Amino acid sequence: MKSDILLAGVGGQGILSIAAVIGYAALNRNLNLKQAEVHGMSQRGGAVQSNLRISDEEISSDLIQSGMADLILSVEPMESLRYLPMLSENGWLVTNSKPYINIPDYPDIDSVYDEIKKLPNHIIIDADGIASEIKSRKSSNIVVLGAAIPFLPFEWEDYEFGINKLFGRKGEEIVQSNLEALKAGMEFCKTIKE
Amino acid sequence: MKNKLLLGDEALAQGVLDAGISGCYAYPGTPSTEIMEYIQNSKLAIERNVHRSWSTNEKTAMEAALGMSYAGKRAMVSMKHVGLNVASDAFMNSAITGVNGGLVVIVADDPSMHSSQNEQDSRFYGKFALIPIFEPSNQQEAYDMAYEAFDLSEKYQVPVMIRITTRLAHSRSGVYTKAVREMNQTKLPGDMRQFILLPSIARKRYKGLLSNQERFIFESEQSPYNKITEGSNKDLGIIACGLANNYLNESMKGTSQEYPILKISQYPVPVNMIRKFAASCKELLVLEEGYPIVEESLTGLLNMDYKVSGRLEGSLPLDGELNSDHVSRALGIELPASKEIPSLVANRPPTLCPGCGHTDVFLALNEALVTYGKGRVFSDIGCYTLGALDPLNAIDTCVDMGASVTMAVGAADAGLIPAVAMIGDSTFTHSGMTGLLDAVVKKSPITLIISDNATTAMTGGQNSAGTGSLEKICLGLGVDREHLIMMIPLRKNHDENVDIMKKELEYNGVSVIIAQRECVQTAARDKRIAAALKLKKVANT
Ligand code: SF4
Repeated sequence: MKSDILLAGVGGQGILSIAAVIGYAALNRNLNLKQAEVHGMSQRGGAVQSNLRISDEEISSDLIQSGMADLILSVEPMESLRYLPMLSENGWLVTNSKPYINIPDYPDIDSVYDEIKKLPNHIIIDADGIASEIKSRKSSNIVVLGAAIPFLPFEWEDYEFGINKLFGRKGEEIVQSNLEALKAGMEFCKTIKE
Repeated sequence: MKNKLLLGDEALAQGVLDAGISGCYAYPGTPSTEIMEYIQNSKLAIERNVHRSWSTNEKTAMEAALGMSYAGKRAMVSMKHVGLNVASDAFMNSAITGVNGGLVVIVADDPSMHSSQNEQDSRFYGKFALIPIFEPSNQQEAYDMAYEAFDLSEKYQVPVMIRITTRLAHSRSGVYTKAVREMNQTKLPGDMRQFILLPSIARKRYKGLLSNQERFIFESEQSPYNKITEGSNKDLGIIACGLANNYLNESMKGTSQEYPILKISQYPVPVNMIRKFAASCKELLVLEEGYPIVEESLTGLLNMDYKVSGRLEGSLPLDGELNSDHVSRALGIELPASKEIPSLVANRPPTLCPGCGHTDVFLALNEALVTYGKGRVFSDIGCYTLGALDPLNAIDTCVDMGASVTMAVGAADAGLIPAVAMIGDSTFTHSGMTGLLDAVVKKSPITLIISDNATTAMTGGQNSAGTGSLEKICLGLGVDREHLIMMIPLRKNHDENVDIMKKELEYNGVSVIIAQRECVQTAARDKRIAAALKLKKVANT
């Protein structure tokens, strides 16, 4: 079993929280993990990514090889496309639909969606919309993670463990709202996959 | 033994802590910052009262660590690669003085320049100083090497370097830890003249260092981190250094080729091992992250006509970070088909945060300079370097910590008047103060703007040494009270600030403008921490 995941987004959008939840989930499952993060300059509103590798065997490289990622998980639609060379032939792309526009030449958003839709395996989710529906606006990144659950090698309890580990300090309420966000993302994915 | 999920940086930090360290010294710099941050938050470090506050720059950090070693205790100093340039005087000479308590110098290089001005390879510095170097290939080795480096350091009374690069520094994986060791007691050096580098003593010390080289090589030959893995296809032998081993393993997965591999993770290079290895293969491929330092060294070890390929020879790119795609190509292994990036994907460079005070400084400065024209703003290292990008286009240089001040002085000497230096508070205390003294002494016609956000923002908001005392520092250095101006860089003060700048630009001498507004990010973080503390208090009552 191996799962190579490319997390994408813009600095400050919270992809490291997604990475942390997955990391804890892998730990709970006793799987090996390598997770390469971006720190430093790019965190100031630049394009950021994280390479997450999970396996029941020993993992060598901290980076995923080109064309080998099983999943691109992105909190921003244009950013999901930046790492297409990493995606394997049958890999899935799961992305938030809401653009983060902090550059003057951001492309027309419909053509961004069109590019994404060219892929055989993709899910576009209005994570911000869903997050505000469940009154948990800050959890849109966790909603996106929820939508990727069918493509990840974990059980629900692993996510519970991860969310508790990451948000436990902030109180039970925050833990619950993030679990709800996760569930909402998962439900959405189920409805469109069927 | 405990399995912890740690960044490479954190694994190093845990390793030195468990090795019984008494003091850690550092100045923040990507990708090394998390080493000290981890130690600052470590329960063990707090319990043991390990020294763990930031230094003003890498040189002061290196010297303080050497001082702790002099007093018999184990010390670590950590920095980014270009930080070692700043610390190099102390670093080079520490190899001559040698150490008393174990001294480990951790340097994090940044190939591909993710957050740096260059991609210099610190292994050259280690070789230059003639000291042993460890280069971990993964998080576990990072931990183990940090733990063991003190033994080597104390055995030969020499500083030991650990070199890592961005990828390992910022990648997380499981690490098994070892038993925590006792800390050293304070104890003066056995030879009380050891640390006095008068020429007569330094010559003796240097001879001692030279005579130890053979022993260092012997240690490398015996090291568990350097090893040969046999392979059936001897047409090619592969030497893989540090992190390159992972990329090699990744590339070889799924192929049936079995090349012999020599892994090198401890330097000086294991000379006999290399000779023996080369003799058993037809030719060699060298994989290393950074400069082709091992590849180069082979020319002195092997016959002239022995074929060696690598970054220098051209089978792999000479610049940038190594990865398994490069390694696969060098080995002729086919890469899986991959898609292209759609052409509509636009670049998204980092930018100053919305509401950042630096932006208001730049907007005012751009306006104040209109009459003088472009090309006279010397700047420095920090978030404000992003002022170079569209739409601000506000600065003309960024070279090294503190260079804004001194380059402005030099340009003014050349007749570029007025010259402006724009620097952040932390960079100013790091290396800008001495330049300001130059300017004051020479009465240079420069305007220095210190954009003071009360933190070291670019690296994540660490304490800044000058917070609260910048005014006094400038006055102490001799800046004229009349030309030391405070301002608050807010949009509503824009016109007023432009006027102040214009006035100071006209002054034919040293002006210092301190633009003071807290970093938006640290302000928000401090608020969050305060709220969490309040929550805890409420819960406890
Ligand atoms: S981190 Fe602080 S100093 Fe840096 S750009 Fe953001 S607000 Fe400005």
